[in-house]
Amino acid sequence: MIEVKGLSKRFGEVQVLTDINATFNKGQVNQIIGKSGSGKSVLAKCIVGLHRPEEGQVLYEGKSFHEMEPDEKREIRQRIGMLFQGSALFDSLTVLENVMFPLRMFATMAKSEMEDRAHTCLKRVNILEKDDLFPAELSGGMQKRVGIARAIAMNPQYLFCDEPNSGLDPQTSILIDELIKEITAEFNTTTIVITHDMNSVMETGEHIVFIHEGHMWWEGTRAELLNSDNKELNEFIFASALMRQVKAAMGNKG
Amino acid sequence: MSIFYHIGRYFLLLKETFSSPERLGLYWKRLLEEMDLLGLKSLGIVALLSVFMGAVVTIQTKTNMDSPLLQAWIVGFAARQSTILEFSPTIISLILAGKVGSNIAAEIGSMRVKEQIDALDIMGVNSAGYLILPKIVACMVMNPFLVIISMFLSIFGGYLAGIGTGIVSGEDYLQGIQSGFIPYHVTYALIKTVVFAFIIATVSAYQGYYTVGGTREVGVSSTRAVVYSNVVILIANYALTQLLLI
Repeated sequence: MIEVKGLSKRFGEVQVLTDINATFNKGQVNQIIGKSGSGKSVLAKCIVGLHRPEEGQVLYEGKSFHEMEPDEKREIRQRIGMLFQGSALFDSLTVLENVMFPLRMFATMAKSEMEDRAHTCLKRVNILEKDDLFPAELSGGMQKRVGIARAIAMNPQYLFCDEPNSGLDPQTSILIDELIKEITAEFNTTTIVITHDMNSVMETGEHIVFIHEGHMWWEGTRAELLNSDNKELNEFIFASALMRQVKAAMGNKG
Repeated sequence: MSIFYHIGRYFLLLKETFSSPERLGLYWKRLLEEMDLLGLKSLGIVALLSVFMGAVVTIQTKTNMDSPLLQAWIVGFAARQSTILEFSPTIISLILAGKVGSNIAAEIGSMRVKEQIDALDIMGVNSAGYLILPKIVACMVMNPFLVIISMFLSIFGGYLAGIGTGIVSGEDYLQGIQSGFIPYHVTYALIKTVVFAFIIATVSAYQGYYTVGGTREVGVSSTRAVVYSNVVILIANYALTQLLLI
């Protein structure tokens, strides 16, 4: 479980996040949603420790991350898997080497065992046959899948996905969403997905946090999301034609 | 931002770079790759420049010292001294700051904007150590070899230009390059080269590591890496010359 308490972050004079409080549960796909520039990626970077907040705490299983000793932080980070918006695969390494990278850095196992583990992860995301290609030779969807394989290589306790659907076609997007959902259940991870894709929210979101202008505006489940009377949230979720149709269909049924 | 902010951040980055590595075996592999990329792959340009540099120095020395009071071998002597003391260690380092420095800043800067450095940090890898340390060691090991090769080729280039144009005979040139040789001058040149190599690798890595933005900013970092490396090399050159030669 990850808890965020009273977190505020600013860059120079610009206040990006103000007094964010949220709890992200284990074994669930937690989603942080909001418009572009609302501060959701900054919040995620504060949670994983890439940014240090000016105020507030991020608690991993009750322990404040920013107050931990460097060794403790490193230990926590080795239990984090992260899928980046642009996949962040290492260009000079093959797919297999990318997935093996965290194992080679931290795992105490023979090279053959590392290869087996990497192959298992690649098989899990259905991209085993591309293991000798370089990231530049893969499509966006394939790169995301390799990113997921690398993120789960160390059996993470925490899985972060920053805009996992950006730049993907709807079909591939659904495959990635399903993969994240399945992996969360399989590894019992605390998963946090940062997205503004409402399809993804409706597909996988179990616990949803809505960030608006750097403030936590709303928190709840997927079912509660559609029935919320929060004006800003409704403006955000019903901006897409598809969601308006969903709303209309619900209205017809009701 | 103030210059002191950058100096402070540069030294903090160095501290992080030299903190204990996770897996030495992986660093060794990266070191060999960097020695090939930053050292061996610079050999061609260093060789070409050195030959022409030596040739020009010889011709200019002769045309500026064309006095019947001066002995003919003085051309070879001057070419050797200027090559060993200044041209090979300093000019080649400035050239390497352009080639290697921009390469380092662009590579690390691209990794920063593509979030690959964030990925390393989140995995718990010391990203500064993993990316920068092998480059520093590679430059400090390879640049002295490049400069020694440059010294030989530059003096050889002078010989070719001398006998090719007929401004100095081969015998006089060879006598000149053997006259009054002080081995310490080579030591001095190599000390300078190692210090310059450290400057090239660290200043360029600093520019790349703290790149903020996109591809345009990677270009800006790359340019800054070359400019700042050159400025720091020239300042260090003066300081080292005063320290080691006077």
